[in-house]
Amino acid sequence: MENKNVLHLENITMQFGGVVAVNDLTLDVNEHEIVALIGPNGAGKTTAFNVITGVYEPTNGCVSFYGEPIVENFPQGKMKKLYAGTNNGKFTKTISPTPDKITKLGIARTFQNIRLFKSLTVFENVLVAKHMRAEQNVFTATFRLNHKEEKRMRDEAMALLEEQSLAHLKDEISGSLPYGLQRRLEIARALATNPKLLLLDEPAAGMNPQETKELAKFIMQIRDKYGIAILVIEHHMDLVMEISERLYVLDFGKLIAVGNATEVQNNPDVITAYLGVDEE
Amino acid sequence: MDQKKKQDLIVSACLIAFILVVLFVLEKIMPSGNMLFVVLKKGAIYALVAVSMNLLNGFTGLFSLGQAGFMLIGAYTYAIFTIPPDQRLAVYQYFDGGVVQFTVPIIVAFLLAAAVAGLFAFLIGLPVLRLKSDYLAIATLGFAEIIRAFFQWDVLGPITNGSNLLRKFPTFDSVLFPFIVSGICIAIIVLLINSSYGRAFKAIRDDEIAAEAMGINLFKHKEMAFVISSAFAGVSGALLAMYQTTVQAAAFKSAMTYEILLIVVIGGIGSITGSCLASFLFVACSEWWLRFLDNETFIGAWQVPLLRSGFRKVVFSVIIMIMVLFYNRGIMGTREFSIDSVTGLLKRKRLPGDKKMKKEGK
Repeated sequence: MENKNVLHLENITMQFGGVVAVNDLTLDVNEHEIVALIGPNGAGKTTAFNVITGVYEPTNGCVSFYGEPIVENFPQGKMKKLYAGTNNGKFTKTISPTPDKITKLGIARTFQNIRLFKSLTVFENVLVAKHMRAEQNVFTATFRLNHKEEKRMRDEAMALLEEQSLAHLKDEISGSLPYGLQRRLEIARALATNPKLLLLDEPAAGMNPQETKELAKFIMQIRDKYGIAILVIEHHMDLVMEISERLYVLDFGKLIAVGNATEVQNNPDVITAYLGVDEE
Repeated sequence: MDQKKKQDLIVSACLIAFILVVLFVLEKIMPSGNMLFVVLKKGAIYALVAVSMNLLNGFTGLFSLGQAGFMLIGAYTYAIFTIPPDQRLAVYQYFDGGVVQFTVPIIVAFLLAAAVAGLFAFLIGLPVLRLKSDYLAIATLGFAEIIRAFFQWDVLGPITNGSNLLRKFPTFDSVLFPFIVSGICIAIIVLLINSSYGRAFKAIRDDEIAAEAMGINLFKHKEMAFVISSAFAGVSGALLAMYQTTVQAAAFKSAMTYEILLIVVIGGIGSITGSCLASFLFVACSEWWLRFLDNETFIGAWQVPLLRSGFRKVVFSVIIMIMVLFYNRGIMGTREFSIDSVTGLLKRKRLPGDKKMKKEGK
């Protein structure tokens, strides 16, 4: 059975002045798939995430979500000469929504350096993610005319915390949690937005091998339980090889290899990028 | 849990009723010229504007310094629409009685004050809220000054009476009036902060990028907080007009904003009850308790050194410096004063683990 395409990046280029952080990246994530984006430091992985989630407007290219273009930019005239990246002439207009609109469409993300709402409790952190989909306005919310909606939000958030076995910590201030739990909470919070695609930015950063193994299991559980697609950036090769169906390898913004774990591992370009070239 | 909530609600309601009764009785038995009433009236008004500023600075993380400007708008709106028509010729003596020749009931005037202040905030917010931190503070401060100059403009004289006083509008005598109006407004702000939108505001304060990634429209929510905060500042401006019995734009200087900012900082940025407590403390100190420092005092023939006009401000500044150096989170920090915390203080013998267990039991 052919899986439906969830995310499609087409010729994405992101240029900061003379620096081309992402160069002509084309990438696909299908339904129910875990895809990894790897590469050495500074390869442009996080920049690619930021383009997908609307933090940056790409200097060239198009991002589609379930076939619908959500981010699109194609420089014309003078700009065309200025910016790198190929195009096939399909892009005609510029679409650059703010990150909140992209989240609303169903793409949730976590951050490389954990970004929790540090002064709020664990429960409130998850509850905030429910805010955008609630049917309410500031008047009904203030005067508690939305109590049914509020109760639904609270119940859903509580259920999610229980599923992620964070329920016993619900009244703790999130900034005081240990590192591993903060990562877990950040993923839980992203899941609370009811995403169809989850973007994880280095979820195993700063974890020991044991924790990394648990994380691998955890990521696969999420995929199976919620039936979502996951795109993950990671440095830990073990983790990536274990969980991902397909890998994309970036180096200096350019895509140098695509394939499954073994294909990528034996690719000479990848070995060069990671280990350097032998001078002799 | 619901039982506990109900209990808390009843206790709070009793407490509020008790305070109002005490105020009522005090007013009956004490001479009306007593400084206590000045402090209570002004304190209640400052409490409202401090809480509205805290909604922005403490809960949404927007460092705005435009509060005095929005108070001015509220004060003027209230005054313009409540001066009785037969008095207008006397008030607008240089402008042939002005253009507004009708009055509205006081409550409508209050709502108008909030609405007009909110409208100005909406328009100012469109460009200004795209700025961050210090730049936002400078821009809002600038706008507050522009508003002050604008209301003194001669061309607007038929409406605002130019740089002349507005007076003869209805005022209040009882201390209960500012207490009730401020109380209702602060209650609404507290409800807002504890609602889903309040959580969104706090999320923006903690981390804008993460809040946006959680689907919170930054601009919309910032604008909302800005408009609501300014609307309540407008209400407190109207109250201040009633308290002062006259309104003049020149009085709403940026120094007023700094006074309010001081209250917010002393009370604790992010604490509603802190702001309320601090506003009464601040007003009491500046109007009453520290007044003696301004008077030249003689003990026998010996003049106490330093005590003369202006010394109060020196002492006040020193107190503030000490406050900022050693107590920089304010009286309350981000905590709130609650009945639970008081009873908790009284019943110290409870074991530390108890509280947690109780919570889980609920």
